[in-house]
Amino acid sequence: MKIVVCIKQVPATHDAKIDPETKRIIREGIKAILNPFDNYALEEGIQLRDQFGGEVIAISMGPQKAENSLREAISVGVDRAILLSDRAFGGSDTWATSYVLAKAIKKIGNVDLVICGKQAIDGDTAQVGPGIAAHLDWLQATYVMAVDEISSSSIRVKRMHEDGYDVCEIPFPAVITVVKDINIPRVPSLKGVLASKKYKIPVWKPDDIDADKSKIGLDGSPTRVVKTQPPPFRHASTKKIEGTPNDCARSLLKELRMRSII
Amino acid sequence: MKVFTDNEKKEYRNIWVVAEVLSGEIQPVTHELIGAARTLADVRKSEVWVVVMGSGIEKTSELLFSYGADVAIIVDNPSLFGFIDETETKIMKRLIKKYKPEIVICGATTRGRSLIPRIAVMNYSGLTADCTGLSIDSDNGDLLQTRPAFGGNIMATIRSSNHRPQMATVRPRVMKSPEPDPSRTGRMIKEKMIPGDSTKTKNIIDIFHNTETAVNLADAQIIISGGRGMKGPEGFKLLKQFAKRVGGAAVGASRAAVDSGWIPYAHQVGQTGQTVQTKVYIACGISGQIQHLVGMQSCDLIIAIDKNSDTPMMQIADIAVVGDLFEIIPEVIKEIANL
Ligand SMILES: Cc1cc2nc3c(=O)[nH]c(=O)nc-3n(C[C@H](O)[C@H](O)[C@H](O)COP(=O)(O)OP(=O)(O)OC[C@H]3O[C@@H](n4cnc5c(N)ncnc54)[C@H](O)[C@@H]3O)c2cc1C
Ligand SMILES: Nc1ncnc2c1ncn2[C@@H]1O[C@H](COP(=O)(O)O)[C@@H](O)[C@H]1O
Repeated sequence: MKIVVCIKQVPATHDAKIDPETKRIIREGIKAILNPFDNYALEEGIQLRDQFGGEVIAISMGPQKAENSLREAISVGVDRAILLSDRAFGGSDTWATSYVLAKAIKKIGNVDLVICGKQAIDGDTAQVGPGIAAHLDWLQATYVMAVDEISSSSIRVKRMHEDGYDVCEIPFPAVITVVKDINIPRVPSLKGVLASKKYKIPVWKPDDIDADKSKIGLDGSPTRVVKTQPPPFRHASTKKIEGTPNDCARSLLKELRMRSII
Repeated sequence: MKVFTDNEKKEYRNIWVVAEVLSGEIQPVTHELIGAARTLADVRKSEVWVVVMGSGIEKTSELLFSYGADVAIIVDNPSLFGFIDETETKIMKRLIKKYKPEIVICGATTRGRSLIPRIAVMNYSGLTADCTGLSIDSDNGDLLQTRPAFGGNIMATIRSSNHRPQMATVRPRVMKSPEPDPSRTGRMIKEKMIPGDSTKTKNIIDIFHNTETAVNLADAQIIISGGRGMKGPEGFKLLKQFAKRVGGAAVGASRAAVDSGWIPYAHQVGQTGQTVQTKVYIACGISGQIQHLVGMQSCDLIIAIDKNSDTPMMQIADIAVVGDLFEIIPEVIKEIANL
């Protein structure tokens, strides 16, 4: 079994700032972390490999420093890691990002299963996973909360929905995106950390994955951010309620009734 | 990327809504989106079309016109009972090719967020996730899409002017549902666009409703949420009682409570949980770490109950109730019964 896990390095959310000129996220000097959801994707990939044999490969598209996230992946036990980095990839939206990742997956070859996190905490779109599946024309299952069974030719998963869940079986090759319910990610072992330090991460450029240059980066992206602004100001004229528990309860209910909430 | 010329763009008309169907019923988010689409279509002097894919859906589709739809495209087939992303994508791809919509919008539900990105990639369409505002350029039909990113810390306005259709998802309860007008009528188009048997397809084995995981936080009007201050699973039983009394309330949780195993992950609000935008959010024993705040700070009314009045949550709350929640909540439950 050959599994690819897509991971993204993201700015720690509350530090995020936007460059007013370019409308891009200012990534310089900001703490970068592995997208929290991708820890679950990595753990699932590792568990499935341990159970079924084969190989699990982590890939990431991003600037050179995204290699830190790939090292984290090595430290928890993936077999290989590949960085997709080039100026030409910069400015990619979800269409172009999923195109690049799909091309890399094709280049890796004979991949049975691709695992993505549910969404990245910077863009918050959840579009890249299904996007990869579409570019590859593979089947997909999103919001996967459990893998029930896996064979050499298919996987059986539980998909979380607003109104419950369903169980479906999808033949390989396939793409799944996973939610936090699916597992408890391991912490890296000392041996893993040492291995990750020594690991030499190959860097792939557009030509390495036969990418059509008109489909990557800003030029290949159908969306454009035209403006960014702070969210509507939340005025905090807090009304304090104090007193005995019963006073509190009555005052609170009065407020709720005044607003026709109950 | 091929950039559409103005003439090519002109071939694309009308605003489409992809209906959210659960167990054969069209969901409220669809009506909300028809309302939003109506406003856009009126600016463009075009029509609102709704695509309904499912099994046994003709009856539920008749109501769409009263909410403001002009045309309903019905693809009714038993094979569309469960959610098969790939089949629905193929159908949408053919419908788009046949009818050329200017804009396609869909609910940002688990289904919508799985289906639409797939369709967008196949069409080379730009797709903007989780929009909170949509407006349209009356001259050229370019859609201006506003959405929160970075956990609500930034609002971005996004355009996808080079291609048609333009696509966007919108979360439930962000747009206002129009009042239905039973006298309104429209056209129904029945399409038989079931893709031929492909050997490789997803096989849906089972569907479970109303289980422990069925927490529709996105759809709730009121969320009563608990954190570490709830002390244990017993505390969440109290919140469930509270929620039942309030009517229409869902129970949420902070990451700390979920990680302690007091309540399943499906209830988690925040950066790694769900982002919610309800009318009322009642935070009980939640200190308000930034990762939690970003998931709920755009709720209309925030109420916090905490014995410590200095927490970030108590600071941003509209109403801060200071005291022991294990004493206050039972009193609230009791007093509601007396109303
Ligand atoms: C607030 C906000 C909301 C958005 N919402 C959406 C949305 O709903 N749908 C959508 O499709 N797009 C969305 N986007 C993306 C948007 O369309 C553009 O892609 C965006 O303008 C690019 O900004 P960025 O900061 O991500 O760019 P960049 O910093 O250029 O990053 C783009 C990607 O390129 C990679 N990259 C950057 N520099 C390099 C380098 N030197 N070498 C290799 N790789 C590199 C990064 O891994 C990153 O994933 C959003 C962007 C923002 C800022
Ligand atoms: N630049 C990237 N490199 C690798 N994986 C990515 C990248 N962007 C997104 N992903 C994957 O796609 C998932 C969803 O991201 P998004 O669609 O941006 O919310 C993430 O959890 C990752 O698994």
